Amino acid sequence: MSLIIIIGSVIVLSGLGLIFGLWLAFSEKRLAVKEDPRVEKVEEVLPGSNCGACGYPGCSGLAKAIVEGKEPPSRCPVGGDEAAKRIGDILGIEVEAEERKLAVLRCNGGNQRAKDKYEYRGIETCQAASLLGYGQKACDYACLGFGDCAQACPFDAITMSEEGLPIIDAEKCAGCGICVEICPKDVLELISRSQTIYVACNSTDAGRSVRKICKGGCIACKLCEKVCPVDAIHVEDNLARIDPEKCTACGKCVEKCPTNVIIDLRERIKDQKVSSGSGSSTADENTSS
Amino acid sequence: MATKLMVIAVSAILINNFVLTRFLGLCPYLGVSKRLDSALGMSMAVTFVMTLASAITWLIWQFLLLPTESNLIYQVAKLFGFEATPAAFDLTYLETISFILVIASFVQFVEMVIQKISPTLYSSLGIFLPLITTNCAILGVAELNTITYHYNFLESVVHGFCAGIGFTLALLLMAGIRERLEVANIPKALKGLPLAFIIAGLMSLSFLGFTGLSFVKGG
Repeated sequence: MSLIIIIGSVIVLSGLGLIFGLWLAFSEKRLAVKEDPRVEKVEEVLPGSNCGACGYPGCSGLAKAIVEGKEPPSRCPVGGDEAAKRIGDILGIEVEAEERKLAVLRCNGGNQRAKDKYEYRGIETCQAASLLGYGQKACDYACLGFGDCAQACPFDAITMSEEGLPIIDAEKCAGCGICVEICPKDVLELISRSQTIYVACNSTDAGRSVRKICKGGCIACKLCEKVCPVDAIHVEDNLARIDPEKCTACGKCVEKCPTNVIIDLRERIKDQKVSSGSGSSTADENTSS
Repeated sequence: MATKLMVIAVSAILINNFVLTRFLGLCPYLGVSKRLDSALGMSMAVTFVMTLASAITWLIWQFLLLPTESNLIYQVAKLFGFEATPAAFDLTYLETISFILVIASFVQFVEMVIQKISPTLYSSLGIFLPLITTNCAILGVAELNTITYHYNFLESVVHGFCAGIGFTLALLLMAGIRERLEVANIPKALKGLPLAFIIAGLMSLSFLGFTGLSFVKGG
């Protein structure tokens, strides 16, 4: 009796499957839509990490848009110059060189140097903390250190240091800008990789009030301005700003800066290599202060 | 006969509206009701699949799964001189899997057709098009036709088609409302889905009013 059921079910299901399969195979032939073969080629060139930095849900979406001409070949910030060139080859168009960028932290505070204005006990994300009076840091421009950026980074390039500041691995960073988007304090910035010196502070408060709340901030003392041989650094709105066009990366301002707020990326990368593997602690320390 | 079909039609569209009263197929109801034209495309696809799936699943149920004299496998077995009662060929437990097979095939077919004739509609429906396969409203119609109501072939097809019309009605109403809400001045916290859910609830409440419709003679 049960044998009939078994054989019956096998016959019914495989029969139905066969009929519908054949029908679908036949209609597939009849209704086939020809897709542009270049789309597939472009998709192969793209990094394939589906990070979404271009604004499309995945690399295939961008590939389609590039082939249709809606987006320039250099739209992918991760693939950068190389991908853009190869896409240009596929599509037969000239591509202007665009450099891969690097995310840097424009804050030198952390829980050692920047004071807190209150004790934050809540959801441990920068997004939540920033809703309470611009965050728990006394400085309104400061990095809050809960590591939203480290969470968001699709390339694992950001780790939180023990000081409660994100450390960005320059080798891993693809310059996609997702961390810049997600940071509620706008304290991360994409810079060109040729610019090796940057100011790790974005506070436009007066020097005296910066000094009161943070030992690592730019106090607008203008010493860098005086020491710069090529007139590339200027203090505007109480904050030193570097003109990347003029800067020759001589490093004199880095040495002179009394609060060590001007940072030479080359040295920082060297330091990272020495102490690699020790910067993986989370941002919990920040709240226990 | 005509009266019974009428009753089936009205109850599938209004009284037991698949979305608003039976709460089936809510996923596309909230997913593709943002724009009127994509909502229309979606409901046409669903109605098509529902109607055809109703017909095919009824045939499968009646002639392959049910243990009756008309069971095809029983007939073939008898032809070869196999001694058994029809009751031995009870394959009703295969109902869900074979129905889903039918539905999935139709959805694949519809997907191909839409991709061919309207690429814009294809991209605006996005993931919700292949998801018609798992739209419980369609499996629901097939199951109600066979197991619950024991409809005959014509009734099943009418029920399937009208369930699709009911789905269309709900989706189009929702899309129309949501298109207007796009430009309305509403609190920020309610923008988008939160308000859509509230509206879905209110629409469902109002459709419950149709429960009072009665088809009793002289009533």
